[in-house]
Amino acid sequence: MKQQPYRLPTGGRIERNRPISFVYDGRPYDGFIGDTLASALLANGVRLVGRSFKYHRPRGVMTAGSNEPNAIVQLETGAYAEPNTRATQVELYDGLTAASQNCWPSVGFDFGAWTSHFSDLFPAGFYYKTFMWPRSAWMRYEYFIRRMAGLGSSPRVPDPDRYEKMHTHCDVLVVGSGPAGLSAALAAGRAGARVILVDEQNEVGGSLLEETIAIGNDPAMSWANKVREELIALPETRVLLRSTAYGYYDHNLVMISQRVSDHLGLSERSTDIPRQILWKVRAKEVVLATGAHERPLIFPDNDRPGVMLASAARSYVNRYAVKPGSSAIFFTNNDSAYKAALDMHAAGMRVSGIIDVRSDISGSWAQSVRDAGIPIFENQVVVATHGKSGLKGVSVMKLNPSGDGVDGVTQRVHGDVLCMSGGWSPVVHLFSQSRGKLNFDVAKNCFVPGTPVQASITVGACNGSFLLSDCLREGFLAGTEAAKNAGFEAIVPDLPDVQEPELTEERAVWETPNRLPSGRGGKRFIDFQNDVTSRDVELAAREGYLSVEHLKRYTTLGMGTDQGKLSNVNGLAVFSRCTGHDIPALGVTTFRPPYTPVTFGVIGGRDVDHLFDPVRKTPMHEWHVSSGALFEDVGQWKRPHYYPQDGEDMAAAVKRECEAVGSTVGIADASTLGKLDLRGPDVKKLLNWVYTNAWNKLETDRCRYGLMLGENGMVFDDGVTTKLSDEHYLMSTTSGGAGHVHQWLEEWLQCEWLDMKVWVTNITTQYAVAQISGPRARDLLAELTSDIDVSPQAFPFMSMRCGTVAGISARVFRISFSGELSYEINVPANKGMALWRALMSCGQKYNITPYGTESMHVLRAEKGFIIVGEETDGTVTPMDLGMDWIVSKAKKNFLGKRSLSRSDIIKSDRKQLVGLLTDNPDYVLGVGAQIVSQINESPPMPMEGHVTSSYYGPRVGRSIAMALLSGGLKRQGETVTVWDRGNIVRAKVSSPVFYDRDGDRMNA
Amino acid sequence: MATPTKYSIWSLLRNAGSYHQNWQRVWRQPTPKDEYEVIVIGGGGHGLATAYYLATVHGITNVAVLEKGWLGGGNTGRNTTVVRSNYLYDESSGIYELSMKLWEGLSQELNYNVMFSQRGVIGLSHDRHGNDEQSRRGGAIHLNGIDSEILNVAQVRALVPIINTSPNIRYPLFGGMLQRRGGNARHDAVAWGYARGADARGVDILQETEVIGLMREGSRVVGVETSRGAIRAKRVGIVVAGHSGVLANMAGFRLPLESYPLQALVSEPIKPVLHTVIMSGKVHVYLSQSDKGELVIGASRDAHNSYSQRGSFHLIEEQLAALIELFPIFGRLRMMRQWGGIVDVCPDASPIIGKTPIEGLFINCGWGTGGFKATPGSGWVFAHTLATGEPHSINAPFSLKRFSSGYLIDEHGAAGVAH
Ligand SMILES: Cc1cc2nc3c(=O)[nH]c(=O)nc-3n(C[C@H](O)[C@H](O)[C@H](O)COP(=O)(O)OP(=O)(O)OC[C@H]3O[C@@H](n4cnc5c(N)ncnc54)[C@H](O)[C@@H]3O)c2cc1C
Repeated sequence: MKQQPYRLPTGGRIERNRPISFVYDGRPYDGFIGDTLASALLANGVRLVGRSFKYHRPRGVMTAGSNEPNAIVQLETGAYAEPNTRATQVELYDGLTAASQNCWPSVGFDFGAWTSHFSDLFPAGFYYKTFMWPRSAWMRYEYFIRRMAGLGSSPRVPDPDRYEKMHTHCDVLVVGSGPAGLSAALAAGRAGARVILVDEQNEVGGSLLEETIAIGNDPAMSWANKVREELIALPETRVLLRSTAYGYYDHNLVMISQRVSDHLGLSERSTDIPRQILWKVRAKEVVLATGAHERPLIFPDNDRPGVMLASAARSYVNRYAVKPGSSAIFFTNNDSAYKAALDMHAAGMRVSGIIDVRSDISGSWAQSVRDAGIPIFENQVVVATHGKSGLKGVSVMKLNPSGDGVDGVTQRVHGDVLCMSGGWSPVVHLFSQSRGKLNFDVAKNCFVPGTPVQASITVGACNGSFLLSDCLREGFLAGTEAAKNAGFEAIVPDLPDVQEPELTEERAVWETPNRLPSGRGGKRFIDFQNDVTSRDVELAAREGYLSVEHLKRYTTLGMGTDQGKLSNVNGLAVFSRCTGHDIPALGVTTFRPPYTPVTFGVIGGRDVDHLFDPVRKTPMHEWHVSSGALFEDVGQWKRPHYYPQDGEDMAAAVKRECEAVGSTVGIADASTLGKLDLRGPDVKKLLNWVYTNAWNKLETDRCRYGLMLGENGMVFDDGVTTKLSDEHYLMSTTSGGAGHVHQWLEEWLQCEWLDMKVWVTNITTQYAVAQISGPRARDLLAELTSDIDVSPQAFPFMSMRCGTVAGISARVFRISFSGELSYEINVPANKGMALWRALMSCGQKYNITPYGTESMHVLRAEKGFIIVGEETDGTVTPMDLGMDWIVSKAKKNFLGKRSLSRSDIIKSDRKQLVGLLTDNPDYVLGVGAQIVSQINESPPMPMEGHVTSSYYGPRVGRSIAMALLSGGLKRQGETVTVWDRGNIVRAKVSSPVFYDRDGDRMNA
Repeated sequence: MATPTKYSIWSLLRNAGSYHQNWQRVWRQPTPKDEYEVIVIGGGGHGLATAYYLATVHGITNVAVLEKGWLGGGNTGRNTTVVRSNYLYDESSGIYELSMKLWEGLSQELNYNVMFSQRGVIGLSHDRHGNDEQSRRGGAIHLNGIDSEILNVAQVRALVPIINTSPNIRYPLFGGMLQRRGGNARHDAVAWGYARGADARGVDILQETEVIGLMREGSRVVGVETSRGAIRAKRVGIVVAGHSGVLANMAGFRLPLESYPLQALVSEPIKPVLHTVIMSGKVHVYLSQSDKGELVIGASRDAHNSYSQRGSFHLIEEQLAALIELFPIFGRLRMMRQWGGIVDVCPDASPIIGKTPIEGLFINCGWGTGGFKATPGSGWVFAHTLATGEPHSINAPFSLKRFSSGYLIDEHGAAGVAH
């Protein structure tokens, strides 16, 4: 165990019997369980922990929590690397490794610090004013700017961790487990409400974790732990620690990110436990008890390592038993620094004095300080800080009589920590995200929540109530009220007795007066992480960036990883001075979620890797796999693409498959086609509305093809619908379109045609479909059925028969997408495999050949059948497809009809579907190739159409293509020029039907 | 009117000597006049660019831009700044490529560095259909004289080594389409640069001035009612993006568009890892890395109509899952800030730029999820329209009439992933 020179011998909440070691910037150190990385570094005397974003200034720990702007480190390496991690929130574990970031070669000697010497050239927004010459050079300037910017480094290997999500409801969600939150949770929990209490820290207590005052007869933390135990014992109450409520959305949805295993050593973590959990909590009532953040003061070189918030110093001493330095100086405008000074004094630290901008300081805090022998420098300010990369002392001066300048001589005060307090800002982020408006409380010098707009109550320091007794009282009342609002009977618990001194008034100062006007002398930082100084804010105001949003964007104030927790109000205050508008008139910028940054991984949750999108497989999937099929993604479906045999490439396999379909029989898995079961007295009416053709005369057991149009008259789906009985139809859709068509029907049924009685059920996955296709398909079917008469007369094209096939009850549709004699056999999904096997074994004698989607597409293209999404792209009407025949002239109306008569829709030069036959019959055009009306040396070249589908057609023995061509319907026989990936190809315009024009084979 | 200080390294040096005390205002804070020749409603990029080109190209300087909040506070200041001109149809090529050409000299033209960075934009394909689609687009774009390259997987990997090219993922990468001249620009700077340029030429930029009604005499518009009183004008242009429907309603006509929330987010700043803009329609997400080092990430719009500038969180969940699918190394990075804007979407995902049923009243809207890239060109043609009373040939196809004639310019494919 090495010495930890700044560790106090006793006290704190660290577990002294659990010493651990860690590595920072390559050096080993020791600490304890219960430390944060920041407290352990301070205990070891490491004060320089980072470099700032713009000027690469040396920086030390400034806070003890989520508001930390400076101490952000690169945690771990390799797969566990995590950039920009706040050392003040990293719980120390054994073996932790961290490194400082944004510096090179080291944090102590950082090359990038040269920028500091030229900082006069880099005021806010300087980059808008330069780097413009020469015009072509920006990308080069930018290269260096980008290298200078950024903080930590992204991991370079995939994240090995697992993340989970929880969705839950509760009656009362309490955010923050300080005194106000604990008492609210207790009051609501006792009433029987389902309570969730969340806190970002590893223990309940909030400010009580460093509190020395007693609650009732207990030390503050004993009270807190008793409350916690009582809460945990309640059946309906949950306490979530290490959990940050980061976003407050509409309808009381609060998002919480819980860090489950981040505090464990890497060797203790396992994939059995998720790293983090995202909680989506829908609460009836929300109690916001999120506390307050202390504000820094603005004075020259207020960023020197060793300058920190007084409350942080107090937290290090009381909670972590760490002296943040050897001797402390305080600089304040309010009483809270006094508390800290007393605690440090009690811990045995030297306290050189309290510099207070106020005069005539009285009250019991000041009295105690004086009693302890600590000097108070009344009516004085820090005008300079000394030391190079660590504070050595400060210069102080008296304020002049009007309080806006300094007078007299400077006096040097020595110390290596400067604890500052500029007052407190309630943590109103969540309240503001809930869309509540903020009010500026002039007496308290801070923004406080106004009237809530959602079911929420704000309590404690978050409400501007800074006394412990007030926090407890407000918490009890709010918990009771929230429980009552949620429907429970509740009584306000008895308030424990708290003895605490009254606070005296704070003096509103932000940027403290100085010898030099701001902009000269040492930099006065407002936003430490982004290096925004008061000079920058002045410049923004001077240049007329007068809205707070402009201020923020122009100077980058509050846009760092701390999201301005320390800087927003100070920035506003300086802006207010510069613009002459008071703070309330300026307003605040929007508090955007998240409160603190949230891991992408936990937001993505389990929806990654193989769970990214569900994989849909047909009942025959395993057969395809074992038969060596290669698959393709069609929507979420995995469909066999083709079945290569003995080293065949795709072209060879497809040729073989297509030829089999043309000569004997092929079999394809068509289970993915969308199937919508339509029932009710008005189905016919619905069909007449959603399809372009007429449905009145369709007989039972007959099938009809239909095109569906959007309201704009453009084709968006097609398929065959079969009448099963008067009030029962089966609609088929494209494989990708089932969900969309279902929604489309429901939208009309639910929103527009409320009187129509139709029930739509998506039964796509209830049935497996085997498609057998080819001249021997009938023979094959006949062998497997005894109760269906398959003769052409008894079972004609475009009809359906029910019966048994291979002993399985089936619906058999005689429809064809291949242009051959073809049947689609539908059986219950769980019988799909049995059917398939029966067909395969019985079909052996016909050399039955399974074929995939590629062959399916080739076969249909030979036949000139369109595929929605290939031949159409949302801009194509039925007329454009040459399918006028399917658009009823007789029907009064159908969806899209009106659009079809618009002047630009009836133009004859629209792009229309044609076939293309290349002069060279072996040349297969590329899909997407453009038809050009003129060939130029180089682009531009006018285009008049494009290829929508293109294949080698084995049954027609040459290449074929379909295309949309301007005025194409009237251009049959013309030769056109196609620009195909740079090749110029000539092709003749033909009918898009290349095979069996009269349909003899299909109708056979 | 004082000519503004020219921005350059020299003026920075000079001003450093005087502690930056002498910089001038970027724009004045004028009081509204009683009457202007042209009023532009909406102080986003498009409105400000319109005013700028009215002044510079058409010499019309008696112009006011009325903005209800702060300049650029609408979608201009909320977008993810993807700039490209690789659209499918000739009409779109016309306007987006005009914009691209203007972007290429914009910093110099405005003397305000808008940080237009042509780092390249790659659209990814994850299946054969996607490849076919890209062949079609790539060819059309090329033949329109706009740069476009089709990439195979190895070429994508060479440009973006950190992308997941494993063939064993849910939707493996099949290829990509690259526009090298595409990239990003600094959104705020675009608004501010145009505003400064317009102001310097005499345009009155009136912030915190909300239009609450339109004044008409007969069939003509003669001015606007604002939160600061009535202001007359000979011609009025509406350029209010998400609120177009609201303004049309004030004027008494309807628009064929709907307003939806569209969200975006950024990560904490990290050292450079991503040098191009990546977009995927199928693994639904797009992203780039800003000069500050933040990953800027966007995806879908909400399904519901809304004027509240915030969307649903589940979309953020989906887009980050998609991000991790494409870039598994980003799983441990963190979302730092998240927000939404209101986008005005036309049925054909193309804008409306031209006349309205009311004489003297013109509209520029419907840019939806992807109008930032068009800011310069849109302003340029709209200025022409306002100055001459007639559309330029480049914006003529984008008339409101096309919805009744059926001349739709369907760019849904191009806008497959909102950007
Ligand atoms: C999250 C998100 C990401 C995006 N990403 C991209 C992208 O990557 N690439 C891309 O090209 N595009 C993108 N876009 C779209 C792009 O932002 C917009 O198309 C474009 O910025 C619109 O500019 P505008 O000037 O028309 O509108 P805006 O910038 O919205 O300006 C309209 C202005 O009108 C004002 N206004 C409204 N009503 C009134 C009134 N009654 N009186 C006075 N003023 C009024 C508003 O306050 C606002 O300032 C994105 C949009 C969003 C929301």
